Amino acid sequence: MKARITSRAIAAALIFFAGYAALFIAPDEATMHQIQRIFYFHLGCWMAMFTALSIALVANVAWLVTRKPKWDWLGVSAVEVGVVTCTAGLATGVLWGKPAWGIWWAWDARLTTAFILWLLYISYLLLRGLVEEPQRGATLSAVFGIFAFLDAPLVYAANRLWPRGQHPAPVIFGGPNSGLDPTMSKVLVICLVAMLFIAIIALVDRYRLERLRHEFDELRVAADARDAGSESALIASSAKDSI
Amino acid sequence: MKDFHFLFAAWIAVWAIFFAYEISVASRISRLRAEIERLKQQIR
Repeated sequence: MKARITSRAIAAALIFFAGYAALFIAPDEATMHQIQRIFYFHLGCWMAMFTALSIALVANVAWLVTRKPKWDWLGVSAVEVGVVTCTAGLATGVLWGKPAWGIWWAWDARLTTAFILWLLYISYLLLRGLVEEPQRGATLSAVFGIFAFLDAPLVYAANRLWPRGQHPAPVIFGGPNSGLDPTMSKVLVICLVAMLFIAIIALVDRYRLERLRHEFDELRVAADARDAGSESALIASSAKDSI
Repeated sequence: MKDFHFLFAAWIAVWAIFFAYEISVASRISRLRAEIERLKQQIR
């Protein structure tokens, strides 16, 4: 309980500090001015998403190899956090696109691959819900999750592979004459740390939920078995009485 | 400040999405805990 309160207090402090740094410490960008500050939350969301989906990939592979339930729990938890961060990334992108490009959305390579990624992982979550047998559902969704992850590197590399889209050329690791102003880099690091920390808190909570769900399923099976046992004992005794 | 409302909306959107998700997970956890307690009572 103490650890949970401490982690929430750290998260609140990070949210406040990241917001202050992005809105007041980071310098204005030359062409987009104030609106470029969305970049700090926008990139943070995508980095948190890539981290969550990478964890999901490892968990999906580990489940298929070991069949230990904890990997399945981690897999579905990481995918759900990945979908949430992807949703936040798409939302901030749309809110940045309108003032920066004059349009809310464009079907350029990066936006399209990101949207497909979002749909793929929504499908992963729906697929789990559709299969009744838990082991089979876990295996099917793990295989589907590995397949879905193939789109993640494409999202990252989209504006390098297909540079004629709405998105600009890469600013970070974009080769000569690319890069960020040193103050912008520091603010970006603060925002990335804040986003990753919050995504990890969400992942830990979601994993706890999955573990409880497993406990609930086991108890329900035990309760059903107990009910069935007392029912058959009742039938046996009434049969005996009738003889 | 030009386009400040977009900046503000993006800031709110990020934290609203995270906050809503955290609330949804917390409520699912508390519902499951209650169900687990009920089942434990039933088994005893």
